[in-house]
Amino acid sequence: MIDFELEPQIVKLLSVYHATAENLMRPISRRYDEHEHEEPWEFWNAIWSASRNRSAQGVEPPPASARNLFTCLTTEELCWGDAGLFLSIPNPGLGGAAVAAAGTPEQRARFLSRFRDGKPKWAAMAITEPGCGSDSAAISTTARREGDHWVINGTKIFCTAGLMSAEKSEGFVVVWASVDRNAGRAGIKPFVVEHNTPGMTVVRVENKLGIRASDTAMLSFEDCRVPLDHLLGSPEVTPEGGFKDVMATFDATRPIVAAMAIGVGRAALDFVREFFQRNNVPVRYGISTRRQTAIERDFIEMETQLKAARLLTWRAAWMLDAGLRNSLEASMAKAKAGRVVTLITQKAVELLGPLGYSRKELVEKWMRDAKINDIFEGTQQINLLIIARRILGYSSKELN
Amino acid sequence: MISFELSDEQKMVRDTVAGFAGNEVRPAARASDETGVIPFELLSKAWDLGLVRGCLPENVGGYGDPRIAVTGAIVAEELAYGDLSFAVHALAPRLLAFPVLEMGTEEQQHRCLSPLAGDQFVAATAALMEPYFDFDPVEMRTTVLRSGGDYVITGVKCCVPLAMESETLLTYVSASTKDGLSPVEAFLVPRNAEGVRISEREKHMGLKAVATYEVLFEHCRVTSENRLGGERGINFARLLSESRVAMSAMAVGVARAAFEYARDYAKERKAFGVPIATKQAIAFMLADMAIEIDAMRLLTWEAASWLDKGLDALKESSQARNYAASAALTVADNAVQVLGGHGYIREHPVEMWLRNARLFGVIEGVAIV
Repeated sequence: MIDFELEPQIVKLLSVYHATAENLMRPISRRYDEHEHEEPWEFWNAIWSASRNRSAQGVEPPPASARNLFTCLTTEELCWGDAGLFLSIPNPGLGGAAVAAAGTPEQRARFLSRFRDGKPKWAAMAITEPGCGSDSAAISTTARREGDHWVINGTKIFCTAGLMSAEKSEGFVVVWASVDRNAGRAGIKPFVVEHNTPGMTVVRVENKLGIRASDTAMLSFEDCRVPLDHLLGSPEVTPEGGFKDVMATFDATRPIVAAMAIGVGRAALDFVREFFQRNNVPVRYGISTRRQTAIERDFIEMETQLKAARLLTWRAAWMLDAGLRNSLEASMAKAKAGRVVTLITQKAVELLGPLGYSRKELVEKWMRDAKINDIFEGTQQINLLIIARRILGYSSKELN
Repeated sequence: MISFELSDEQKMVRDTVAGFAGNEVRPAARASDETGVIPFELLSKAWDLGLVRGCLPENVGGYGDPRIAVTGAIVAEELAYGDLSFAVHALAPRLLAFPVLEMGTEEQQHRCLSPLAGDQFVAATAALMEPYFDFDPVEMRTTVLRSGGDYVITGVKCCVPLAMESETLLTYVSASTKDGLSPVEAFLVPRNAEGVRISEREKHMGLKAVATYEVLFEHCRVTSENRLGGERGINFARLLSESRVAMSAMAVGVARAAFEYARDYAKERKAFGVPIATKQAIAFMLADMAIEIDAMRLLTWEAASWLDKGLDALKESSQARNYAASAALTVADNAVQVLGGHGYIREHPVEMWLRNARLFGVIEGVAIV
């Protein structure tokens, strides 16, 4: 039965995440925006031990039947705190998502168990290259077999948490490379490269418009050797293999990125709402739009757009939890959330005038942070392309 | 617990109404729009589906089905997908039936609902809109005053569907707390009451197959048993919310009709040797339309589900309705655009859907869930 009400027990849990966002993230938000590449170890240690304690105490709830939805909910809360810091949190991240989606049960256990204890660790995913972004099938990084190793060569960019995963913790990087360049996307396979593996170097860490607390690395692989069983899943090149796993990862991560966007958008909206309340600017809902002020119409529009994005996101996550195929809905959520939150945060700056533009408040930061959500994990346009193919029944050959 | 799944019963209702709307309502839509008349035979078929009678209590001759706003939204969407005019006309009796069912006194229920529980379509209606650009249901200009034991109504209403053929006009009015009334009250005004004057049928850009009227109330005196809810009055915010949910659901239906037509056309129509749908300029428009339709529907269902939990949903339903009104117009406009010059020609239905979609941002109170 259609229901949009969160259970009290979930609401209670979310309040814990909200407290983290409010007490651990907001106070340092501006600092790590202004000091890009500084490492917020105090925050990392605190959040690492807090979440280890939660799992040790068995507090971590999500029943498997609501795991993806719950992840979206907590993501929204934490990104309400700070999206850059959220991305910097030590966890399996996208690297872990790739292992979970493409790895065998044995590989999952082998690569992911490290996140249970010890020091903070990260895992990253390296897919984008200088010469290809959305067109992941054009990946030119190669993996060639030599005896009992794969030898990886190539350059990867825009690798979130790449520095922390590759060099500064006992983490790993999942690198997508081609085992057979003639096979196109079928030949692309994911490889786990452990931290500090010889041949893997962090070339540089990017300076960005927003989400500055999160490191975005360029990695190079020069004759980087990894054991054979670091290839996730099957080494066989089959038409439906390989790239399918990338897509399966996206089905799960796109709703999360949408939820990130929504958290940032909600931060901006909450700020504007409280500002209006303090300054006695009314927002009247029930009345005719023809009697509302421009500000009322803008604000209500922003709120409704955010809710629309949230409902699309919850649906995509709920479908995944229900075991339903959600590629279309995941792309819808991502496309909608990325766009509306970009617009909402831009409008928030406008509504607040010089206060919005000033670095004294965080609204201008949220506008910069928001924009990434319309770009990474598939740009707006790539998601529209996926949606269009689905609703038209076209293959990627027919509509490109 | 969050769920996006319809119940089995809702799926059954959806499939039944969708089948009827697609196979029977849609083929008649263009002729209805041109002639201004919906075939009575089609209304009878809709009546037989129990769309009005179903929710009426058994003691007045109904089936006693539970009234569920989400289900109502599904029905409204599917019928409007067939034809908006048809949806408004076929569901117009709910404009009287549902408020009376929910808030009427026992006597009012018996008096007003029994005639709607028969085997034949019976027209019924409500008068909410007024002919002012800044019309606002929370500040209407039609007023009521206590006069002895009676009430006197004065003002002008417009866009009252089926006013001429309805026995009773459920009329919403502004009232004064000095009279011991709520800011908004509703009265069961007999169409033949003295002081009620129904104008000529209105002419609109869309919704052309539904006869709507301007209704003048000149010191129209009604007795106290016609005050809806008796001394308790009504919960107007709830009725307004139910109306806004119904309107957004219908907006989803119109948008979906336009989208699907444009999508199918774009796959057939060739330019430069290939279907235009294979061009990103067109494909992306269609993708956007698909996103907006799902967004509209989810906002509508959200508001509806709050209503079903008995909660206040004025904010949610207003958001859903404003969103749906604007999105439906954009989707219908894009559908015309996808068809290009052909979209402008009345041979294709998309221009009709554009005219119909314009309704939602302008008119309130012609539907209820």
